[in-house]
Amino acid sequence: MPLHAPLPDDEHRKRTFEWLLFAVAIFFILIAARLWYLQVIKADHFELLAQRNRTRYIPIAAPRGIIFDRNGEILVGNRPSFSVSVLRQDVTDKVTLIEDIAEILACDTDEIEKNWEKYKYFPQYSPIPLKIGITRGQVEQLSENSMYLPGMIIETRPVRSYPSDSAGAHIFGHVGLISAEELASKQGDSNYRAGDLIGKGGLEKYLNSTLRGNDGQLVVEVDVKGKLLRQRVKRQPTPGQNLVLTLDKNLQQCAQKELDGMAGAAVVLDVTNGQILALASSPTYDPDIFTDGISTSEWFELLNNPRTPLQNRAISGQYPPGSTFKPVIALLAASHPEISHTQQPIICEGKTRIGNRDFRCWKRIGHGSTNLNKAMRESCDVWFYHMSMRLGIDRLADMARNLGLGSRYNLPLDSEQEGLIPDRAWKRGRFNEAWYMGETAITGIGQGYVLTTPLQLALMTATIANGGTLYRPQILKNITSHTGEMDTEIKAEVLHQSNIPAGAIAQVKASLEAVVHDPRGTGTSCRIEGLRIAGKTGTAQVVRLADEDEKGISKEEIAYRHRDHALFIAYAPADNPQIATAVIVEHGEHASKTAIPVTRALLMEYFNTEKSGAATK
Amino acid sequence: MFDRRLATNLDWVFVGLILLTASIGIVNLYSATSGGSTSFPPLYIKQCLWLGLGLLIMTATAMFDYRHLLHLGPGAYAVCTGILIAVFILGETNMGATRWIDVGLFNLQPSEIMKPVIVIVLAHYFTRHESPEGHSLRGLVVPGIILLIPTLLIIKQPDLGTGIMLLFIGGTMALFSGIRPKTLVFIGSAGVGLAAGGWFLLHEYQRARIRTFLNPEHDPLGSGYHIIQSKIAIGSGGFWGKGFMQGSQSQLSFLPERHTDFVFSVFAEEWGIFGALILLTLYVLIIFRGILVAHKASNNFGMYLTIGATSIIFWHAIVNLGMVMGLLPVVGVPLPLFSYGGTNMVTTMVAVGIILNVSMRRFMF
Repeated sequence: MPLHAPLPDDEHRKRTFEWLLFAVAIFFILIAARLWYLQVIKADHFELLAQRNRTRYIPIAAPRGIIFDRNGEILVGNRPSFSVSVLRQDVTDKVTLIEDIAEILACDTDEIEKNWEKYKYFPQYSPIPLKIGITRGQVEQLSENSMYLPGMIIETRPVRSYPSDSAGAHIFGHVGLISAEELASKQGDSNYRAGDLIGKGGLEKYLNSTLRGNDGQLVVEVDVKGKLLRQRVKRQPTPGQNLVLTLDKNLQQCAQKELDGMAGAAVVLDVTNGQILALASSPTYDPDIFTDGISTSEWFELLNNPRTPLQNRAISGQYPPGSTFKPVIALLAASHPEISHTQQPIICEGKTRIGNRDFRCWKRIGHGSTNLNKAMRESCDVWFYHMSMRLGIDRLADMARNLGLGSRYNLPLDSEQEGLIPDRAWKRGRFNEAWYMGETAITGIGQGYVLTTPLQLALMTATIANGGTLYRPQILKNITSHTGEMDTEIKAEVLHQSNIPAGAIAQVKASLEAVVHDPRGTGTSCRIEGLRIAGKTGTAQVVRLADEDEKGISKEEIAYRHRDHALFIAYAPADNPQIATAVIVEHGEHASKTAIPVTRALLMEYFNTEKSGAATK
Repeated sequence: MFDRRLATNLDWVFVGLILLTASIGIVNLYSATSGGSTSFPPLYIKQCLWLGLGLLIMTATAMFDYRHLLHLGPGAYAVCTGILIAVFILGETNMGATRWIDVGLFNLQPSEIMKPVIVIVLAHYFTRHESPEGHSLRGLVVPGIILLIPTLLIIKQPDLGTGIMLLFIGGTMALFSGIRPKTLVFIGSAGVGLAAGGWFLLHEYQRARIRTFLNPEHDPLGSGYHIIQSKIAIGSGGFWGKGFMQGSQSQLSFLPERHTDFVFSVFAEEWGIFGALILLTLYVLIIFRGILVAHKASNNFGMYLTIGATSIIFWHAIVNLGMVMGLLPVVGVPLPLFSYGGTNMVTTMVAVGIILNVSMRRFMF
């Protein structure tokens, strides 16, 4: 049996062993070559992949810039919002955890569980918010019990706070999660990611890139399951730039307060530079409701409210200016006595016949012999019918535009409207019809096609007050860095300088002063002790609305909707104007009942503030 | 039957190589399992125990004269095949695979025992059927059947890795004993044909593994994940490595099964090509030493036995290394002396014991 036979150490066997050794060597050389390829030739490539593998980059939200008023008062700030979240990797008992948290928060376990399920797709290392916007008391209670709530964490994120309550909600706008459409429109801008907060309206929207700052970055080392292992801050977030507005917080609050309960708008401008001191619209809403997410029902309530609280009437409400338009005609007439013959009085008999139609004055018995001053202070319609017809619609429209009506100023705010100053060209373009004389007359008393926004009326008033310099209305005073250093100072910008003879200006200004200070004036109720005020009342007839006959509108509502709008424009002090105001109260009937008290309160607030401000200096 | 003088003939160099490699393996295991494993006692301690058991088995295997194995072979083969059939019928389902059978103390993997058993049986056959001009096809029918019965049973378990290992080990022994060139060509082409047919017999996950091997980037987070992460681990190790316990891939648990099949990736990541080549050299030395023992064996049975035992270590090492480097499909083959696991340790140590046994008795006729 070959078991004990001698080894066949012939050449053949020897060669077999040689082959064997050779084959083994070949296999190991192959392995070594592969190692060389992976670890030497491709080392950098794999090193890069390994780096990418273990790290995740999480943005740290930068606090948005603060919005200040002109005096450094905070209008929109940031505050921490607390939320209770769960870090799933540390949870030992989900059911107990949910029950315990729900007990402390005094809410349903379903609500907590729903959020848990909703954000289940979040990566493992990313905490799931179970309830946002919890109170400090709840935070304390949760923190005290954190030992018994493994996996529970309290998260803090900066949210908007509004120390001035609802005064200015229309201006500030609000912040919300970026939508898919917004993200798509920012295509190519790598600064925007899903989950970012973005301004949804007003300054927050239009100056979003200024306010948002740069997010920081958190580098998180995770394992293959996404479990958090280590984290470190790679880049601290840079807070956004601050906005210093031209608004005066006190004046803004005053305007909002005075308008409370009414629908309307109030605008206060600095006549020397076009800065907006107050821009209020009523009704308003509490911007804070958006902070921790608004519920659908709340949102629809805002959206479907018949008084449209979301609309910023100060810039997007277009109203016939009514008699507040008359200073335009008066100024034009005084500048062109050779055409208007203002030196000769016009006899007002309560109406005048144009073509084959009677045009009525608001005073049925007539004003009798009327000059510019009387026509203005008593708001005689007949005088203005004649003047506008003598001067012609095109001249009139030019003057109106030079005073700031009929155009948009590209404020960083929502839906600013252009208004409408009609002329022949406009009518031909719009209706393909010739302009009628009667239309000129009706435009002369601020009715017909003409539409203005409260801001434009304030601008017109300011331009008259400063002698014809039309400044661009500004809401932004300057932009500062988050440490408060000046980054951009917004300068006053002259849009148009009218060449109005000084005499004409003086004549019109005197007539506007007479509106308030002459005993026969229509605006006497605006008088304030120790302050000379110039102003003009206005009543705008309400155009019949299409939805008036709709069912579901109460009789009171219909009656309300039929009432005229009340307007009042003013500037003060009359001899050295500082501010101009425009107030409109929808369906406010008479200026003296509604628009004038608001204006008066604003003037009192401003000049008292000025006095005390001067005293402290 | 144990001769004291045999101790002096013990191949201490070989034992030293084995112990050195196993020790490096345990140190590497310490690093591989340091991140996040909650096993108690820690796996590297357990592996020390397995090594201790392995050394006992090695000594036991080395002690009795291997020539007794000649007669034990057929019986062991019959028992093992019987167990495989039993497993096939009533095996304990573990992770979808019926690989284990409960024998009281621990779960036994009968397919593992089959490796040394097949070596003994084939050594027996080729010793009895020496063929100077090489085996013909007819001569290979019997060893072919001997080999294919357990192989098919194991692949059907399903354990593709062990099945292929068995095939490679048996094939190596047959090739070593000599096959006629014509027959070789025939078997080769038949093998290719069978492989094509066998594709349809494979489990879906086995097919997925092969597909993944051919194109791992196709499904980077799914079935291709293992191999991509493994390549990243090895590649990012670079020349000098990231240092002990510093491998980000392994420490951050990106690497799957890093204490078993992919343990070499941990080593290559932390020690670089420098360390990897040293380890490779150790394996080359072990294999070469085995071949040398076979060459110097006092009889053909010892020679075939040693060739078979060495091929167990060789094929496990090559297939595992090729697998973790992306040269071969991931088939679940552990790296001898390096991967964690008792079964693997026992199999390897039985093979080592056989080699030592033959080596010690090389002067006995």
